[in-house]
Amino acid sequence: MNVWQFMSQNRTEVLELTLEHLWLVGVSMALAVLIGIPLGILITRWPKLNKPVLGGANIIQTVPSLALFGFLLPVPWIGERADRLAILALTLYALLPLIRNTYTGIRGVDRAVVEAGRGMGMTDRQLLFQVELPLALGVIIAGVRVATVISVGLATIAAAIGAGGLGEFIFRGLAMVSNQLILVGAIPAAALAMLADVSLGWLEKRLAPH
Amino acid sequence: MDDSGSHDSAIEFRNVSYRLDGGRELLSQLNLQILRGETLVLLGRSGSGKTTTLKLINHLLAPSEGEIRVEGRSTTTEWDVIRLRRMIGYVIQDVGLFPHFTVERNVALVPKIEKWPAERIQRRVRELLHLVGLDSQIASRYPRELSGGQRQRVGVARALAADPPILLMDEPFGALDPITRAELQREFLSLQNRLQKTVVFVTHDMREALLLGTRIALIEAGRLVALNTPEEFLNSKDPLVVAYVDAFRTDLKTSDKRGNS
Repeated sequence: MNVWQFMSQNRTEVLELTLEHLWLVGVSMALAVLIGIPLGILITRWPKLNKPVLGGANIIQTVPSLALFGFLLPVPWIGERADRLAILALTLYALLPLIRNTYTGIRGVDRAVVEAGRGMGMTDRQLLFQVELPLALGVIIAGVRVATVISVGLATIAAAIGAGGLGEFIFRGLAMVSNQLILVGAIPAAALAMLADVSLGWLEKRLAPH
Repeated sequence: MDDSGSHDSAIEFRNVSYRLDGGRELLSQLNLQILRGETLVLLGRSGSGKTTTLKLINHLLAPSEGEIRVEGRSTTTEWDVIRLRRMIGYVIQDVGLFPHFTVERNVALVPKIEKWPAERIQRRVRELLHLVGLDSQIASRYPRELSGGQRQRVGVARALAADPPILLMDEPFGALDPITRAELQREFLSLQNRLQKTVVFVTHDMREALLLGTRIALIEAGRLVALNTPEEFLNSKDPLVVAYVDAFRTDLKTSDKRGNS
C-alpha cells in the first residue's frame, strides 16, 4: 500500500490530526503574537529592557524542544494536559522572531519621519499606532511568517508527549519502521508549512510600506 | 507675566546650555530674544549648535541649564509639551513626510489630531496646497510620487496647517537643487510677508541668511557670537563675522573669475 492509498483510506484520521495540528499552531501563534509584539514595542520604549528580553527569548530557543516539554511538565495546570504543554512550548519558541522583528521594524522607521511627527505634537501613542506600527508592519509580518513555519514543523514533536497532531503518524511510523507512515505525517505537515509561508509572504508584501 | 521686556518676544532663551549625557557641551549660556513676526536666521557651520538651538524651542531637547520661554511661558515648567509643539510648525531638511499617507493626510496631520471637523480639514488642505503653490490634484498622491521641491512644499503646508504662530525651519531647502531652492526662497519671502509668522530658520548658507533673515544670529562652537540685521552683518567689524563674510566674498569672486575666463 502506498502513501496516497493509506491517506485516502484513513482520511478521517488524517484530517483530524491535521486539524489538531492546526489548532496547536494556531493557538500558540495567537498567544505568541499577543505577547511578542507588545514586548517588542516595549523594548523600543525602554532600551534598558532590550538585552534581558531578547536574551531571554534567545535562551529559550537554545533549549532542545523535547527537553523543553520535559521542563514544563511539573508546571501546575499546564502540565496536566499534553495539549496545554505543547501550546506553551510552541508559544515560547515563537517569541524570539516576533520580538526581534517588532523591535527592528520599529527602529528601522525613517528617523526624519518619527522626528517630524514628534515635532508636530503627536503623542507617543499616536506616533506608535499611526506611524511606527504601520510602517513596521511588513517586518513584523515577516517575523510572524518565520515563527509560523518553524512552529508547524516543531508541532510534530508534540506527539511525543501525547498532544496529537500530525506527529502521531511520524512517531507511529518510527516505531513500526514504516517510511510510508512517516510520510503520511510529514507530507501534510510540509504542505501546511508551505501554505503558511506563501500566504503570510503574500500578506507581508501587501502590507509593506510603499 | 511680570517678566520685564519680554512682551514683544515670542521666544526667549535665558542662560540656556545644553550638554550631552557624556558632558560635551553643544550650546553654552545662550541669551536670545526672538521677536514676534521676525525671521531670525541661525547661521553657523555644521555642528555649531544651531539645530540644537532649534530643537530646544519645541522641546525635542530639554535644556541642561537655563530656560526657554515661548509666549512668555517656560517650556520646561509651564507648557504642556504636546500643546507647545502643536502651536509650532516644524519643517526639516529631510521633510519627514509620512510615506504611507497621501499628501492630503500628511498636510492634515495636526488638524486631524486636533480633531477638526472633516469638512474644515478638507477646506484647509486645499487652501494650504494653493498657498504653497501646489496643484490640488496632488492631494491624493503619495510622497514617493513627488519631486524634492514638491515634497518640501508639502512639508511647509503641513507645518502651516493649524496656523501656528511660530515656525521652525531646519535647513528646509538644503537638499534641493539651486534653481528649486531659489524658487522656494522667493516664495517663502512672499508667504512670510503675508503671514507674519515668527520664524526661526537654520542654515549654513550665508546667501540664504542674508536673503531671508530680518536678523542673523551667528553661532560658533555652541556660542552666539553675533546678532545683526543683514546690513549690519555685512559691515560688521567683528572678526568672526568678517571671517564668514570674507569666505563668502572669496567664493563669489572665484566663481566670477571662472565665469569671465
